[in-house]
Amino acid sequence: MISIRIQPVLLLLAALPLAAQDFAHDVQPIFQKSCSPCHGAKVQSAGLRLDLHDAALSKSVIPGKAAESELYKRIAGLGSGARMPLGGKLTDPEIAAVKSWIDAGAKWPENLSSAAPQPIHWAFVPPRKAPLPVTGNTKWPLNEIDRFILARLEKESLAPSSEADRTTLLRRVSLDLTGLPPTPAEVTAFLADKSPKAYEKQVDRLLASPHYGERFARQWLDAARYADSDGYEKDKARYVWFYRDWVINALNKDLPYDQFVIKQIAGDLLPNHTQDDLVATGFLRNSMINEEGGVDPEQFRMEAMYDRMDAIGKSVLGLTIQCAQCHTHKYDPITHEEYYRMFAFLNNTHESNAAVYTPAELQKRSDILRRTREIEATLQHANPGWEARMAGWEESAKHELTQWTVLKPDVDDISTGGERYLLQPDNSLLAQGYAPTKHTVKLTFKTTLKSIAAVRLELLTDPNLPLGGPGRSLKGLGALSEIEIEYNGRKVKIARASADINPPVSPLDSVYDDKKGRARTTGPIDFAIDGSKDTAWNADAGPALRNQPRKAVFNLAEPIANSTGAELTFVVKLSQEHGGWNSDDNQNMNLGRFRIAATDDPGAVADPVPAAVREIFSIPAAKRSPLQVQTIFSYWRTIQPQWETENQEIAKLWAAHPEGTPQLVLAERENMRETHQLNRGDFLQPGKLVSPGVPAFLNPLPAGQPANRLTFAKWLVDRNSPTTARALVNRLWLSFFGTGIVETAEDFGRQSAAPSHQELLDWLAVDFMEHNWSIKRLQKMIVMSATYRQSSNITPELLSKDPYNRLLARGPRFRVDAEIVRDIALSASGLLNEKVGGPSVNPPAPKFLFEPPTSYSPKVWVESKGDEKFRRALYTFRYRSSPYPMLQMFDSPNGDISCVRRSRSNTPLQALTTLNEPVFLDAARALAVKTVKEGGSSDAQRLDFMFRRVLARGPEAGERDTLLSLLSKEAGHYTAGHDPMPLIVENTTDLPPAQLAAWVTVSRVLLNLDETITKE
Amino acid sequence: MNHPLDISRRWFFEQCGVGLGAAALGSLLGGPASAAPADPLTPKQPHFTPKAKNVIFLFMAGAPSHLELFDYKPALAKFSGTLPPADLLKGYRSAFINPNSKLLGPKFKFDKYGQSGADLSELLPHLSTIVDDITIVKSMVTDAFNHAPGQILMNTGSMQFGRPSMGAWVTYGLGSESRDLPAFVVFSSGKKGPSGGSSCWGSGFLPTVYQGVQFRSSGDPVLYLSNPPGVDTEVQQDSLAAIKQLNNMRLGVTGDPETATRISSFEMAFRMQSSAPELMDLSKESKETLEMYGAEPGKPSFANNCLLARRLVERGVRFVQLYHEAWDQHGALVKDLKANTKDTDQAAAALVKDLKQRGLLKDTIVIWGGEFGRTPMVQGGDDGRDHHPNAFTMWMAGGGFKPGITVGESDELGFNVTKDKVHVHDLHATMLHLLGFDHTKLTYKFQGRPFRLTDVSGEVAKQLLA
Repeated sequence: MISIRIQPVLLLLAALPLAAQDFAHDVQPIFQKSCSPCHGAKVQSAGLRLDLHDAALSKSVIPGKAAESELYKRIAGLGSGARMPLGGKLTDPEIAAVKSWIDAGAKWPENLSSAAPQPIHWAFVPPRKAPLPVTGNTKWPLNEIDRFILARLEKESLAPSSEADRTTLLRRVSLDLTGLPPTPAEVTAFLADKSPKAYEKQVDRLLASPHYGERFARQWLDAARYADSDGYEKDKARYVWFYRDWVINALNKDLPYDQFVIKQIAGDLLPNHTQDDLVATGFLRNSMINEEGGVDPEQFRMEAMYDRMDAIGKSVLGLTIQCAQCHTHKYDPITHEEYYRMFAFLNNTHESNAAVYTPAELQKRSDILRRTREIEATLQHANPGWEARMAGWEESAKHELTQWTVLKPDVDDISTGGERYLLQPDNSLLAQGYAPTKHTVKLTFKTTLKSIAAVRLELLTDPNLPLGGPGRSLKGLGALSEIEIEYNGRKVKIARASADINPPVSPLDSVYDDKKGRARTTGPIDFAIDGSKDTAWNADAGPALRNQPRKAVFNLAEPIANSTGAELTFVVKLSQEHGGWNSDDNQNMNLGRFRIAATDDPGAVADPVPAAVREIFSIPAAKRSPLQVQTIFSYWRTIQPQWETENQEIAKLWAAHPEGTPQLVLAERENMRETHQLNRGDFLQPGKLVSPGVPAFLNPLPAGQPANRLTFAKWLVDRNSPTTARALVNRLWLSFFGTGIVETAEDFGRQSAAPSHQELLDWLAVDFMEHNWSIKRLQKMIVMSATYRQSSNITPELLSKDPYNRLLARGPRFRVDAEIVRDIALSASGLLNEKVGGPSVNPPAPKFLFEPPTSYSPKVWVESKGDEKFRRALYTFRYRSSPYPMLQMFDSPNGDISCVRRSRSNTPLQALTTLNEPVFLDAARALAVKTVKEGGSSDAQRLDFMFRRVLARGPEAGERDTLLSLLSKEAGHYTAGHDPMPLIVENTTDLPPAQLAAWVTVSRVLLNLDETITKE
Repeated sequence: MNHPLDISRRWFFEQCGVGLGAAALGSLLGGPASAAPADPLTPKQPHFTPKAKNVIFLFMAGAPSHLELFDYKPALAKFSGTLPPADLLKGYRSAFINPNSKLLGPKFKFDKYGQSGADLSELLPHLSTIVDDITIVKSMVTDAFNHAPGQILMNTGSMQFGRPSMGAWVTYGLGSESRDLPAFVVFSSGKKGPSGGSSCWGSGFLPTVYQGVQFRSSGDPVLYLSNPPGVDTEVQQDSLAAIKQLNNMRLGVTGDPETATRISSFEMAFRMQSSAPELMDLSKESKETLEMYGAEPGKPSFANNCLLARRLVERGVRFVQLYHEAWDQHGALVKDLKANTKDTDQAAAALVKDLKQRGLLKDTIVIWGGEFGRTPMVQGGDDGRDHHPNAFTMWMAGGGFKPGITVGESDELGFNVTKDKVHVHDLHATMLHLLGFDHTKLTYKFQGRPFRLTDVSGEVAKQLLA
């Protein structure tokens, strides 16, 4: 390495001979390397370009006078202009070279002007199928892949390796396609199958396995930065496993990749979208959420937007668009403006959270709905004339008796406890950011009303609240512990209160325990004015019914008189104290969105008619849909005393409605957000307004489509996209061979690594699109190739010629991904619980990781029971800030940002993990017991059994000797007075404990071999 | 003909590196990957002769109040209870308070200490005894005013998650001098863990071998360090011997250098099983040393962690970070600052003294500070301060920092920096400079561009250098 000491420039110059520098050799490379990104053919900051003779010399260089030339002054940091290049410096010799070149007359040979445009980067041209190469060896290739690979090998005078032996091959393809090793029975069956299609049958079996989806889901989930928590300081648990399961199912079904992408970017905008389509939008919602105290929610919404752009860039486009967040991309032709034009497509969503249901729950839900409709139909049938009676009621209920004046609140910042109350256009407040579990917000109102006799609190729903609100608890509820009204610095007595819902008294759910040892309850509206903060009004109507707007009215004992109509000021304090002890967990019971109004009507009561019904009132009867009529009926019947029995029956049905699971999803806003180009990516520095659009160098938007997220999604997977198919094909290739055809899987731009086999990549990309973007088909082609089936043993020749196996003269051999490391141990030992999908699980983990001072806040980690702790690693609960140690140690990313290429490290901490981590120890124990019980009667038979479970193959003689001598040595050790019980815990075998302990040491050795965690 | 095994071993040791590590080194050194040394953690020479080779970063998470500890502001006392000048607040964003809140005078007495006559609060009696050995910077600024982004910025040079931490960068640049301990070790004490979580010491897009390893000051210092129950040293040695034999046999068949690396990983793991407990065993320290730090063997504390940091540096660990998250005084400013300084002042000062008397301070950088400062304006009644990014104080010692000076000034309210501004990026540039790096050249190519700790900014703060 060149060692350069930092010295004053002039000192160094004095030491250099002032010989004329050769432009082509000494100067132009400096321009190209350090200046061209901003002053080249593509971008000309300040109108300067240094790739053309005339343009450079006329503007910035005075031949013979470096000291007066702007170019020199800028690179040397002289004068007042910003030093160039921005954010960096040329080396002193470089600066000296430019100086002496200018001083010597700035000679610039004409032929070195790059007037010709740069050639278009290969990856920006849509792929096409080149003719298949002709190879000398025509026997080896089994499919098109092999033609390309072999052609290159022949060019390098290399020959492919022979095919791997069958056992190795089956273990390889099993690990690759399902992430699980083959069982000994599967190996035996394969070895016994002499048909020419034996291997293909195995491949088809594996591709059809439900575990196939789990394997590739993990790869996509890395790109989708999936995690089960919010990240940042609070890092609260979130519920997104429906999205994870959606990915598994989509891959198992071989959902075409274009559809796979469209649903994840814009499933909510598809016509007649299903719950699954909505769940798929969790992809974009996997961004982190910062709810630490005092955050500006908009700042972190923007951070999430950047993260979404980055994720789409890496995972779908294979482009690094992130740079253009702050400035026009230095290397790739993405301008600052184009970045924000793409951004504009995504910038129009609510951060929504919807209840989703399992298939069984969906069934139950539809049963309840159907049964309700049946009962209602029976009522209608048995009571002719109900329409007229209902219309009569509507006439009487149509107009609210009380006139309310909605008031604009002024929020006392300190009283919010760090929660942000965002004023909405309708003068309601939307609570966002940090959610303290206890606070009393103080609101000040100014009004010129002549009298205030009653105050109304409306709880409103909002797409940005859990399940739509109206509260901020996980169920979308908020509790009002107490309301206080103050005027002239004195508390105003509230005489009575009414509400449109008055739930029965019930104890607060244990989740909200505040560890103060007192019973707290929720119930009717009187709880908000009873002087006790232990009781609260909580408008909970039960599952599926609770997420709707509510009203409460508080009548003052003495109206506030303001006969002059001058501006009066009064204060409303809303106590929200029904949260739990830990504000860093999901324990708040805060109001989510609400609005205050006042009236001079002393007789005001809370309007009992639901907002949804009132909305229909405003539609002329003749224009109402049957569903709207039914909606009115569903409310009206509840106030018909003679239908008490039926109403109760329906209420009972709904009480049994499944709770569902909250899932983060997207919801499109009705009013488009304006998107500005942000200077330096700073949301406080909005530049010009931009409209949705895409970079000019990529494929155009589909014609005649609305400028929305769905169109953007379709554009991403357009057949003419130059990078989309290539990026995915390359990543699939990477998963089999360890390195992509383009090594920089996240970047296909100008700075990307040169592809090892570009024509192959292009051929596969086109073929992939031609065959309906079928991932399974492509993967089958890869694993069926002779290239894939080669032995991975390394000869000295191959090692020296191709250490990283980029040419593929041998099969892939590398340590499997973190999740598979664990799954192999569980599978070999027979402990693996093969259940697919469902909520994430909490296998054993060191407790301290989730407690201060290791974790910022105490996190919930209740160890899963029974075989739930032996689920595949894919299902392990992932806290971003406290990653599951075993997975982290083996390079599983934590989900902070999108990752399409994992590190693959090899460290002592990994060794300690497989040696000593409790689940690995469980696996060693279980494998020993299984071996003793099922593995035959002799030590040699048992060893063979154990060996095959771990490595698929049987032991070689040397291996057998080593292990059997270990077995006998340790049996002796434990017989000779060393207690075996701590190691084996219990003995369910016929063997003496010392013998079983010796077997555990052997299984532990096997589970720790390099080969065990390696795909060979 | 050579046996493949011999070739692969030779190749491995001579040029291969481990997986991405090799590519990483290639990128660092600007040469082809094949020119890289064997192991991504092999000690490496920086760009120029370094002043320092180790770093101990005392991360006072939560953000200590510069106004109560270092930056004495008589004017703030004078104007206490009045509103700040309106033009000061233009464009100012705060976390919790309305920026237009009353000023709050300093809560503690200040005096001048040492030959340098540095201002220090009465809360720092121990630091005052070594004030001539440290460099106080009163002109720190940052861009973030929320904890997690602030800590991530202080650690990675970016508020956005996903970048490598400074410890990872330094380890990437310099490798490790320790063969049986991780190169980058993290301890945590205080009320909570850091707000930025494990990403504070993450490797970002650098190879994961460079990420910090969290040590615990009680129980197993490293996760899964102890043998399982019922496995004694003898059984463990037998098992490791068998693993090695079997791995060697397989290496003979496959010729894969990665297997050789696995073998050495297991050997280092075994060494770590004895070296890590030895490291943690403070009972071997003299009574004087323990008393100097206020450390008590077996009782986790910031003091113990400081002593452990010295022991780690002695053993060749490159980068040590001690988090003490306790400094978020929105309220209880007086009470909590007393408690926090009681927990940390003595040990932090002892660490500098101890390193100095052992001759380690000259090539070890010690840095003390949090993610931002605190508002001159009050939060709540009269006993709290909000987050403040515009001005705060840090101190450094050793490793080429100029001792006994105070650099930089803030305005008379401690609100904005008025002289010798040192941005977080500048701190990083300066730290790297002392470690022998041109911060613009310690880069790693990712996503098509060279990234660095200082991103696109950072100037070496020359006024801090000896």
